[in-house]
Amino acid sequence: MAIEVNKCVGCGDCVVACQTENNVPMGYSRDWIVEIARGEYPNLFMHFESQRCNHCEDTPCVRTCPTGASHVIEGGIVKVTHDECIGCGACIEACPYDARYFHPEGYVDKCTFCDHRVADGLDPACVSVCPTTCMHFGDLDDPDSDISKLIKTREHYTLLPEAGTAPQIYYLK
Amino acid sequence: MEERLFQTARDIHGLYPHVHIWGFPIATYLFLGGLAAGILLFATLYYLKGKEDNMPFTVKIAPIFTFWFVIIGLMLLVYDLHHPKYVLELFTTFRIESPMSWGAWTLAAVSVLSLLWPLSYIDDIEAYLHERGWYKLDAITKFLRDLEHKWLIPHFIIMMFRKYRRFFAWILLFLSIILGIYTGILLSAFNAHPLWNNSILGPLFLTSGVSTGSAFVMWLSNNKKERKLMSTIDMALIATELFFIIHMIMGMQAGPEAYKQAAHLFLGGEFTVIFWVIFVGFGLVLPFILEALELKGKHIPPALPAILVLVGGFLFRIIMVAAGQMSEYPF
Amino acid sequence: MNSKLSRRDFIKISGTATVGLAMTPPLTSMMGAIFGEEKTPHLLENEAIKTPTVCEVCFWNCAGWTYTDKEGKIHKVIGNDIDPHSNGRLCPRGTGGLGMYYDEDRLKKPLIRVQGKDGKQEFKEATWEEAFDVIVKGMKDIEKKYGKESMALLFHGKTGPHFEHLFKAWGSQTMGEPAGAQCLITREAGFIATYGAGLASPEPTDVRNTDCLVLIGNHIGENMHNGHVQEVSQLIDKGGTIITVDPRFSTMAAHSTKWLPIKPSTDLALLLAWMNVIINEGLYDKDYVAQYTYGFDLLRDHVQKYTPEWAESVTTIPAGDIYETARMMGGASPRVIIHPGRHTAWYGDDTQRTRAIAILNAILGSWGREGGFYFPEKVKLPKEAHPPFPKPKWSWKTISRDKHKLAIMGITNEIIDHALPEYKGPYKVKGMFITATNPIQSIPPEDKVKRALQNQDFIVVVDTMPSEITGYADVVLPEATYLERLDHLRTAHHRQPNIALRYPAVKPRWESKPGWWIAREIGIRLGLKDFYEWEDFEEVLDWQLKQVGSSMEEMKRVGVKLFPRKTPMYLKDGEEYWFNTNTGKIELFSTDFAEWGYDPMPVYKDHGDAPAGFLRLIYGRLPMHTFGRTLNNPYLWELKNEPALWVNPKVAKLYGIENGQEVWLKNVKGKVSSFGIKVRVTERIRHDSVFLPHGFGNKGRIFVNGKVEEMSRTYGRGISDSEMVYKIEKDPVTGGTGMRNNFVTILTENPHKKEELS
Repeated sequence: MAIEVNKCVGCGDCVVACQTENNVPMGYSRDWIVEIARGEYPNLFMHFESQRCNHCEDTPCVRTCPTGASHVIEGGIVKVTHDECIGCGACIEACPYDARYFHPEGYVDKCTFCDHRVADGLDPACVSVCPTTCMHFGDLDDPDSDISKLIKTREHYTLLPEAGTAPQIYYLK
Repeated sequence: MEERLFQTARDIHGLYPHVHIWGFPIATYLFLGGLAAGILLFATLYYLKGKEDNMPFTVKIAPIFTFWFVIIGLMLLVYDLHHPKYVLELFTTFRIESPMSWGAWTLAAVSVLSLLWPLSYIDDIEAYLHERGWYKLDAITKFLRDLEHKWLIPHFIIMMFRKYRRFFAWILLFLSIILGIYTGILLSAFNAHPLWNNSILGPLFLTSGVSTGSAFVMWLSNNKKERKLMSTIDMALIATELFFIIHMIMGMQAGPEAYKQAAHLFLGGEFTVIFWVIFVGFGLVLPFILEALELKGKHIPPALPAILVLVGGFLFRIIMVAAGQMSEYPF
Repeated sequence: MNSKLSRRDFIKISGTATVGLAMTPPLTSMMGAIFGEEKTPHLLENEAIKTPTVCEVCFWNCAGWTYTDKEGKIHKVIGNDIDPHSNGRLCPRGTGGLGMYYDEDRLKKPLIRVQGKDGKQEFKEATWEEAFDVIVKGMKDIEKKYGKESMALLFHGKTGPHFEHLFKAWGSQTMGEPAGAQCLITREAGFIATYGAGLASPEPTDVRNTDCLVLIGNHIGENMHNGHVQEVSQLIDKGGTIITVDPRFSTMAAHSTKWLPIKPSTDLALLLAWMNVIINEGLYDKDYVAQYTYGFDLLRDHVQKYTPEWAESVTTIPAGDIYETARMMGGASPRVIIHPGRHTAWYGDDTQRTRAIAILNAILGSWGREGGFYFPEKVKLPKEAHPPFPKPKWSWKTISRDKHKLAIMGITNEIIDHALPEYKGPYKVKGMFITATNPIQSIPPEDKVKRALQNQDFIVVVDTMPSEITGYADVVLPEATYLERLDHLRTAHHRQPNIALRYPAVKPRWESKPGWWIAREIGIRLGLKDFYEWEDFEEVLDWQLKQVGSSMEEMKRVGVKLFPRKTPMYLKDGEEYWFNTNTGKIELFSTDFAEWGYDPMPVYKDHGDAPAGFLRLIYGRLPMHTFGRTLNNPYLWELKNEPALWVNPKVAKLYGIENGQEVWLKNVKGKVSSFGIKVRVTERIRHDSVFLPHGFGNKGRIFVNGKVEEMSRTYGRGISDSEMVYKIEKDPVTGGTGMRNNFVTILTENPHKKEELS
């Protein structure tokens, strides 16, 4: 996924759309928005980041899961099989992005990149709804895909590269 | 000035303002695991050194408690699960990269073996109890001996165990080290929390666990030589622990900003007093001094340094679990 | 006051105050509560029933699709791809709109005010029949005592037209909506005086084609004017220039090419200085000005004294920046937009300020040009036939037009003024019908509104939620939400004429009913059957659609229908064009204003500073809320429920406040806020102002059959800026109410600690 930080207005549409699409329980969210502001008046900088599970290439969460409930499916999306999760919380401790949470029903839940939509050729709900169209989704392994070209041509960063997780969400400046 | 704030509300239970999903149950389980590991380590080590008759408490009696510590630990673990009805999923697979999986299987193995170990010594245990004048437990020991003699499968298992005791002792020694060190490695595998993310945590937890084990034996043994031996060992272990702790904190101070902030939790932050005064002061340094005095000839009731070490060890794990969850990378 | 029941508001809280405790909804999924533990919670595309709708969460009115399952439960609402307002993407409020339907705090049954045995006033639940009887009696009593004209209608949103029709049919045209005087009437007047045409909604700004967008008083991105936000995003993609003028480092300021941190209330100085530079440096569109404008030489002479150097001393913006930005705008001409904004009622000279914006656009040649303002077109739907409306003896025009020449719609605050006990003239307002607006928060100052309400003989409120105004009503009628009802077709103007259908996706919950049904039932009981010759509103819509070559059947399938334009969208080069003004040209010098005694060209007036020890109160929007309309919406409340008071670090140090601390506000008149608010210490606000989002601080609570009904989530959270407003600066041209000249000081101790809230 790639998110253009120079267009995001922090409206929260991605958060609400995810809630209605995935029936996220009240009091929980699979994605969220962080505001980062720097400087001293009037020399100021500010931007928003829509954050969620980064579906890392080097997943600390899948590595630490004792039952194999946390796993990576084809395409690189990290998912949790509800019936295999014992709710020990190791993956929640392992995630440096605080992307996971205990669903009230007991298992661990998080962003799934709306794999049920991706399977039908649609974008995740957050990407589809964003009014500034600052969110992009696609195949990072395909150098000709729109998203790969976007990342190649734009200055970008990822979250917490020092954690060594190789996150798959790129923030474009 | 730099501001980082949530534009959309994120008051998720357990995640806000920082991850806090593990508390007393996990910390207690870590403590019990370390304690069990320590006891078993000494039991098997001194057995393999041939000291089973010189140090009967260490080798034959103390492991009785191990089984119960491990069972309570397991119960706490299951209690802490959020999706407990699927707990048996833990045992459908062994995931070599997951310390949690290591822990589950090790605990299962240790619990079985630490039950068999004292069962295989049931006669010696009865004799020891009679020596100390405790006849009230005779009914239990008789029942257990009957279990072995009257039922075929327990008889067979315990007989095999006795026959290959040396072999099982090696296994149990190996498992106890894994048990002691895995609790530290479990935390250090979470590189999302700078406070935990160092390689000293494993050896530190092992040392602490073994120290609690030796304190336990020192406390309850009635053999003066055993107590003196455990006391000396404990002093060495405490010194090692102190060395590890200083090393760990210095290492964090020399690291990137996130690590400095983690170290700050103990150097001016909210855990400073409880860590240095209560844990290091009362839980490490004071028992060390008391044990040294004991060795010099002053009469110190062994319960005192032992209880300090045990409570200190428990407190140490509570602190590490709480403080660790508070140390995070800002993102 | 000699009415039987002396009116009291229902804000009295029994026992200890439960201030600040938000009652969070249970931690189970809405869907989970309905479906139980389901394995596949997603509604598959081919199983969903899609009903077209038009969103009512704000006034952009995007068209979309409501997704329901076979059991009739709403799963989500998404945008309609061919809708030019949303282009298939709804904003967060539209996406969360289904929360309006699911909100358990909604009004459920008609309520009638009664006096309890203990003398306390409360509501009792009633049937629609009973409620209608009381309403008809109340309206007839007003008619007998004072005349029909004394029954006023305050309305908002798509419910309004149903009751406008009712009132006009009955014989009262004393009506108004806050969208006028409290919001955009000053802008409409400014543009009508210049171009002979207003802007309406959505504003016909050609943002996606422009090269330079100037935002002065429009915090787009915090206001989610969906279509415009989308087009600004396209502009950023293109690398276009965005200049933001704002005392606050707003979201758009962060994405702008240049941010001008202006001192609040001095915007007109900047606009005049820009005109000065653009005219003197010849950056204006000479051909356009020569052909289409009147009064250029007068304007040139007029702005000579408004130099950038002078403007710097007034606005604190460096003269160099003023020159630079003027040249940016000039360089982009005619593909430049100085955005008119929407809520423009600020300081009392607002029509002049928006006229300055209109003039600036005119000399840059952007009106009617690509990349500037396009000529919008709308579908003209014939209104269904009905007998002519009776002519009332006096109306909203009578009480506003004489004083304010360009009051093009009802001025709500004039209506309030005429409802006060101290008004002794012939145009008294003694009864009110209020729908979809909460005057306590929308028409400050609060105290005046409350006195006016207390002075009424009869008040009816039609709403979906128990907001503060419901506590003053004699009858409360529960309206169905937009997902449960039909309303008029949307025929807003745009680049391409289009109509959009709102069709009910589900049956109304509890006893709520659509506005058209309520209006019709009242109308029939008032003997107005001739104005309601249809049974179901769908008949009206179907007839209207057939007149333009469509039908209900088609609209239910497509949701939005586009029509070809009949007029050109832009001016052709050198084309003759007649503007609807006295001179037939764009009036840089307004002949009407000169005639009516207003400044024919904008003149800068200083609006004063905060008194010592006080800070200017600036209010604004949040992108995920539409003020009180959405704060209680469970989805949107989840998204953002803690308002923050922006305080500059220097100010925080002075007051000794820390980030996250709870504070209270006190205005110059000594009024203290009912509740507290958390402080955000940030560099993003100037040292002379504080900022908070409008809509919080809800204190509406009613007692129904002995139980409390309120907007439980938002009750008691945050501070209402309307509560703090004590000074209204009235715009002489329109009667619009400027609310930004209000000053507050910060209290760090809870002023209500020792007393119960009363």
